[in-house]
Formats: sequence, C-alpha cells, structure tokens
Amino acid sequence: MTETIAAPLRQTPLHNRHVASGARMVGFGGWSMPVQYTSIIAEHQAVRSAWGIFDVSHMGEFKVSGPEAREWLGCLVPANLEALSVGHAVYTMFTRPTGGVVDDLIVYRFADHLLLVVNAANRDKDWAWLQRHLPEAHGQVTLEDVSEDWALIAVQGPSAAASLERLSGGDVSATGSFGITTFRLAGIDCPAGRTGYTGEDGFEVLVPADQAARVWDLLVAEGASPCGLGARDTLRLEAGLPLYGHEWDDDTTPIEAGFGWAVRNPGPYLGRDVHVRQKAEGPARRLRGLVLEDRAPAREGYEVVSPDGEVVGKVASGTFSPTLGHPVATAYLPAGFVPEQTVSIRVRERLVPARVVALPFYRRPAIQPTRRTP
Amino acid sequence: MIRFATSHEYARKEGDRFRVGITPFASEQLGDVVYVELPKVGRAYAAGEEFGVVESVKAVSSLYMPVAGTVVEVNDPVVQDPGLLNTDPMDRGWMVVIESADPSAYDALLTEDAYQTEIASH
Repeated sequence: MTETIAAPLRQTPLHNRHVASGARMVGFGGWSMPVQYTSIIAEHQAVRSAWGIFDVSHMGEFKVSGPEAREWLGCLVPANLEALSVGHAVYTMFTRPTGGVVDDLIVYRFADHLLLVVNAANRDKDWAWLQRHLPEAHGQVTLEDVSEDWALIAVQGPSAAASLERLSGGDVSATGSFGITTFRLAGIDCPAGRTGYTGEDGFEVLVPADQAARVWDLLVAEGASPCGLGARDTLRLEAGLPLYGHEWDDDTTPIEAGFGWAVRNPGPYLGRDVHVRQKAEGPARRLRGLVLEDRAPAREGYEVVSPDGEVVGKVASGTFSPTLGHPVATAYLPAGFVPEQTVSIRVRERLVPARVVALPFYRRPAIQPTRRTP
Repeated sequence: MIRFATSHEYARKEGDRFRVGITPFASEQLGDVVYVELPKVGRAYAAGEEFGVVESVKAVSSLYMPVAGTVVEVNDPVVQDPGLLNTDPMDRGWMVVIESADPSAYDALLTEDAYQTEIASH
C-alpha cells in the first residue's frame, strides 16, 4: 500500500459563493474550481443565448513595469508589442527558441504597466520562465506576481456588454474587441478587457480580491448565469480556442495551431526563426477540427486513422458540442489532411467516420465588427 | 422488488428477468448524458462484467452487469435520447432486460436501504 499525500487545493476569493450555490467542485491545476452549477449544457446555452459569468480567479496575473517593459517582453512573445497602444490588449504566447509554446496569455497595456494574465496550471512555470529572462532587462524592468490581489470574472454572452453597461452606468461603444475599459460595479472600479474564451462577446473583469463576492452577487442578482469549467471547455472548443496541455504545449508552434495571424513581431524574439520558416514553407502538421458522424464523443488521446488505416494523429480535445448537437474534436494532422476529407477516429473497438474541418466549429452571428487583434 | 450494485446500477426483478439501469444518484453524478452504448440482444454477461458505456459532456463511464445473464431486451429509446438517463433513469431510462441463469446473485445485491446508506457516505 502506498499513500499519496495530495497538496490541499487552493481556493479562489469566490469559493464560498460556489459552495453555497451547490456547485460541483473539482480539482483543476491545483485549484478547487466549480465544474458546473446546474448542468453543463444549460450553462453553455445561457452563454450562447444571453449571458453567463465564470470565476477564473485561478489564472495568474503578473505586472511588468519599468522603462523597458515592452521592449523586454517583446523579446519573449510573437506579438508586436510596439503596436500595442495604451488601453488595448493582445493574445499571445511565451515561445521557446524551438518555436514551441511555454504558455498562452493575454497582455493588457495600462498607462504605466503591462499586465499579463496566464493559465492557472502554468503560473509557476511562467514565473520561472520570466525570472530566467529577467536579467536580459538589465534592471530596467520590474516584475511582480499580483495574482493574489485580483479576482477575475469572465462575463460572456450576447447580452454581457449591455448588462455591464446597465450595472456600471458606463458606455462600451468605444471599446472594441481586445479594448480595455473600467466598469464601476458595486462602487468598485474594475478594469476589464473585451476578451473571453467562449466565442461570444464579453469582458474579463478584474476585481480586487477582497471585493470579488460583492461584484459576483451583483452580477447574479442582475440575472447572469454562473457557469463552471465544464461549460467553459465546451464553449471554447466550439469556438476553436486552444487550451494549454491540449492544443498547446512546449512542442507546438503557433503556426501549426493556426495562429499564424498572431505571429507579427518584426523584432527578434525567442522562436522567431522557426515561426518565419514555418510561415514561409507551411508547417508539416496542422491543428484541424473533426466533426464526428456518430453520437459517440471522441476523447483526448483517441487515435485518428487515415483511409489507409494508418494512425495519423491523436485527439487533442474532444467533447459533445451542445450548439451543434454532435461530437467535435481537435487533432494535429499531417499537412496533407485538409478540410472536407474523411478520416476515422478509434472509439473503443470501433472506427467512427469523422470529417476534417477548418476551425472554429462555431462562429457567433456578426453583430459588431470583430477583430482578433488590436 | 429492486436491488442495487455498489457501481450504481439497479436490477428490478420481473419474474425470472431483471430490468437493469443506473440510479438517480449515478445520473446526477454524471451530469448531462450525451451518449449511451448498449449491447445487442443475445449477449451473455457474468456478474460485474462491463456491458456498455455512458458518456456525459465531460466523462466516459462503464456500465457493469449487476447479475449474470443474457440480454433479452435493449431500450432503444435511451440510445436515441440519452437525456432520458437524466430525466427518468428509474423508469423510461432503463437500459437492458436480462434473463438470469443464477437469480440467487440478486439476493447478494444491496437493498434500497443499504444502497441509500452507501451513497450517503459520498
């Protein structure tokens, strides 16, 4: 008999709210997080049709300041931070010299500093990565882990913006996709980016940790549906948004993942040579969507089989798509596998036909002009 | 007359046959069920043998035969509409009917009271 001593799971500032509302709590990246409050499908549909709120306070926030903050960070990411103006945010990745991805993140540019929001499971890894490269800033950059100062509430869905305007008395008409604004909620000033991980319009709202419950209660009272990590995963997968550890890892490049559009840093940065070459020559493998013509969901790790019977990839993420009503999956496939071809996925002892598609599976109806980068 | 396995299947005694499904507790733990895979009529199983799969949005779970026997009926409506496992697991959400060669194994399963005590500790 062996005994494993598990480290206690960390709790977000909203933990009591989740437990009180009967959410099912699970361990995720070392945190105790709500996977669902009522039903994953109901929460998913609330976000597609109205609005939902997600506690994503487990994510890390790092503050980067100093006269050379943007220059220094610009050597670590494929985004063009020189083009990032105050009041805007950008989706990017920390990349390795080999072109692979340490983590994906959002960089917010405030007047006097940058704020990096990173994945919960990679907080320690990212911090070590940044510390390792900090000497290259020659003392001109200050790096602070401010994760404990902030709760992060994602407010997502077609009525998210109007609801936040109503609650804050603010006006977001001038704040485009990836723009930054401030909402005054329950008397608290909350910086927010017009960003998200659901494929819907919405904001990710930073709330001082000790005020998080007040803001959460206000949003719930206004009619927002609390949503857990279960719906967050089905929503992001339908929207073709990658999840670290599934679509992203240390050996995967942005070009392979279909994020060539996010590679636009003209200066030197880690991994640039690999990215430039892959952009010019085309990557040997590409992240593709798979639509299953069967009810059986494909799960992570299931084999993707070519018409010749050869295993050509493995499922990176797979779930049942509540919006489409059938299973969907992602997988890295050799470049020769293009949309509309048919492959098979081994589901237990069966081979289930699947259609290769371009991502995303779901695109929201266009209401506003959408831009993926500032 | 109904008995329960610790793996959360029930066996409802109907003469010398047993109607098998999953309990409301199991259904609740699974969350939204989106897929059910059930065997064909005529397949024989030992007690405790895996006879099918039920999948929620998040997870895949195996189904285990509470009593040894041969499948004589399969509930196709639950395959067509797996949501029945969430809305009505004890009645319209049944899965298979088996004919048992050893009905005495049924007596070894948990009674309703014993099962309720079992799940209360979760």
